[in-house]
Amino acid sequence: MKDALGRPQSVAVFGGTSEIGRAVVERLVGGGTARVVLAGRDGAALENVATDLRHRHGARVDVVPFEAEDRATHARTVEAVFAGGDLDVVLVAFGVLGDQTRDERDPGAAAGVVETNFTAAVSVGVAVAEQLRRQGHGALVALSSVAGERARRSNFVYGASKAGLDAFYQGLAAALAPEGVHVMVVRPGFVKTRMTAGMKPAPLATTPEAVADVVVDGLGRGAHTVWAPPALRAVMVVLRHLPGPLFRKLPV
Amino acid sequence: MPAQLLTGWGRTGATRAEVASPGSAAEVADLLGTAGRRGVLARGLGRSYGDAAQNAGGTVVDTSGLTEPLELDADGNLRAGAGVSLDTVMRTFVPRGWFVPVTPGTRQVTVGGAVAADVHGKNHHLDGSIGRHVTRIRLVTPTGTHELRPEDDLFWATVGGMGLTGVITEVDLRMIAVESSAIVVDTDRTPDLDTTMALMTEGDDRYRYSVAWIDCLSSGRSLGRSVLTRGDHAPAAALPDARRADPLRFAPRTVLAAPPWAPSALLNAMSIRAFNEAWYRRAPRRERGAVHGLAGFFHPLDGVSGWNRLYGHRGFLQYQLVLPFGQEDVLRRTVERLAGGGCPSFFGVLKRFGGADAGHLSFPTPGWTLALDMPVGPSALGPLLDSLDADLAEAGGRVYLAKDSRLRSERVRAMYPRLEEWQEVRGRADPDGVMCSDLARRLGHLGAGATGGIA
Repeated sequence: MKDALGRPQSVAVFGGTSEIGRAVVERLVGGGTARVVLAGRDGAALENVATDLRHRHGARVDVVPFEAEDRATHARTVEAVFAGGDLDVVLVAFGVLGDQTRDERDPGAAAGVVETNFTAAVSVGVAVAEQLRRQGHGALVALSSVAGERARRSNFVYGASKAGLDAFYQGLAAALAPEGVHVMVVRPGFVKTRMTAGMKPAPLATTPEAVADVVVDGLGRGAHTVWAPPALRAVMVVLRHLPGPLFRKLPV
Repeated sequence: MPAQLLTGWGRTGATRAEVASPGSAAEVADLLGTAGRRGVLARGLGRSYGDAAQNAGGTVVDTSGLTEPLELDADGNLRAGAGVSLDTVMRTFVPRGWFVPVTPGTRQVTVGGAVAADVHGKNHHLDGSIGRHVTRIRLVTPTGTHELRPEDDLFWATVGGMGLTGVITEVDLRMIAVESSAIVVDTDRTPDLDTTMALMTEGDDRYRYSVAWIDCLSSGRSLGRSVLTRGDHAPAAALPDARRADPLRFAPRTVLAAPPWAPSALLNAMSIRAFNEAWYRRAPRRERGAVHGLAGFFHPLDGVSGWNRLYGHRGFLQYQLVLPFGQEDVLRRTVERLAGGGCPSFFGVLKRFGGADAGHLSFPTPGWTLALDMPVGPSALGPLLDSLDADLAEAGGRVYLAKDSRLRSERVRAMYPRLEEWQEVRGRADPDGVMCSDLARRLGHLGAGATGGIA
């Protein structure tokens, strides 16, 4: 159970090796969260994260294989994630950046990005929501992106998939509020991770650790949308309303 | 059954449950027999501050329909349905010359809830907690209906058992005879904590009721300054002429209602400090023999309905601890850290507990008890209270489960050394773990691996 201060006792991450997911888990476990479930694809990397959490924090960590692309397995995977008992926080942290140059010319590649970032996130979200409804409490956190706020020339396939995810989880937030379940959408800007390695950091670039701080703070406050860094909220209010011809001229 | 989002009085950590409203013990038994895997829990008037009366995803038995019987014999033995409130008991029987043996700071608790939390009052140093005055409990458990008396171990697992042994449906209680509905009160305003504690140690035994309202924001030389009020039931002859015609008149009213839209910022560090200051200044330095009404003396906050809303949407928590006598240094250090911790607290309550009570999970133990209301918000609050818990456990103290909403599960065993005994007795009454609450889940009460409900 979460306590009165919003501190969770247990957390699960879909995309268990994602750097942001991992940073959030680190923060929570450092603050007293004792049980972790990591769902992800790369078995060896997942085990490494699990071993590290067990050794450094004494956390109880379970690992569940999860394939975002294999939609038929989602319901079963989510059941396995919840098999060990209630989960106070569930993080949907998987996703791919894709390759914009390829994706805007290759239908299969573009659909693949959408399949992972949007379709799988919806399918997992529905299955997790059902479990959280049943337990009558908990928080579901989805990693969206500022790229979903307004499609940009440089990454609109990725951005479109995140826009879909964002809209879905906002709706889910409204649906689950009367069920005692809190849904929070996280919109990070440019985060320095493996996904963005070699790319030129955008203004207000941030780190997985800073995103984790924003997530944990938002969970405590019961926020529905958080930005990382928080200053992006104001920046995006402006960018969202910029006239198209002007927006397209921006180097973003 | 309608589903509802439920919180405790502190309005934190809402969870959803199906709420059932049985009208009889037989209906309660049916509910226990058909419980889903998330279990069942009784809930009275929802005055536990934290998550003790919530059961996420499961069934919550609203006991407000269990108001039969309500009888009092000539010797002052009360028999009451578990859903009867202390307010009703007092309104019904004070005019006939009988008062409850123990009352917490609000009348808005049910008889069943009072027993499940083994509540204490300002007279604990002499009279113990309410369990000591209970002569019989009717308890519906998943294994059947039990008539429990103090010689049964299930009785003492239920008194203070936070509703986790079953659903209490009836309680027999020994009432105390009073000549009036008034209290003769002596007040002392003290400049600091040491003076407060010295006065209480020296004189509490001369009074049936004793409580110090302590300003937990003043620091330095005035750390722990308090208003100490102590009193006894007034004999009819002690009443002023105007009240002598009807000495047992008891008709407390709500004088104020908190608005539902109270902003979160209303009770903040500044307003709480200002209130503490004003309230301290307003008390007489020394007053003897003032005549106060029962309600004003015991339940001052009942005059403001919905006062919990003043803390805004993030809610608040109460931190109530007991420290054994001999650990006054730890108490002093605790008050110091609370005053300097950057976490505002509405005035605290300091009392002395007498002998320990027999409930396996009863809170009181001989020593000092301090209770503080604190708004949720400052990020320092969690770490501060966690670290106070560590000192508390080390010093042989504990926090009160009926108030708790944030204790770490690993601390419970140290604070409640009879936990295993309780689990064993409870396990016989409820072998499948049907009785469950959010508090139990959070504190891992049901043993390893059962935090998600019934496995």
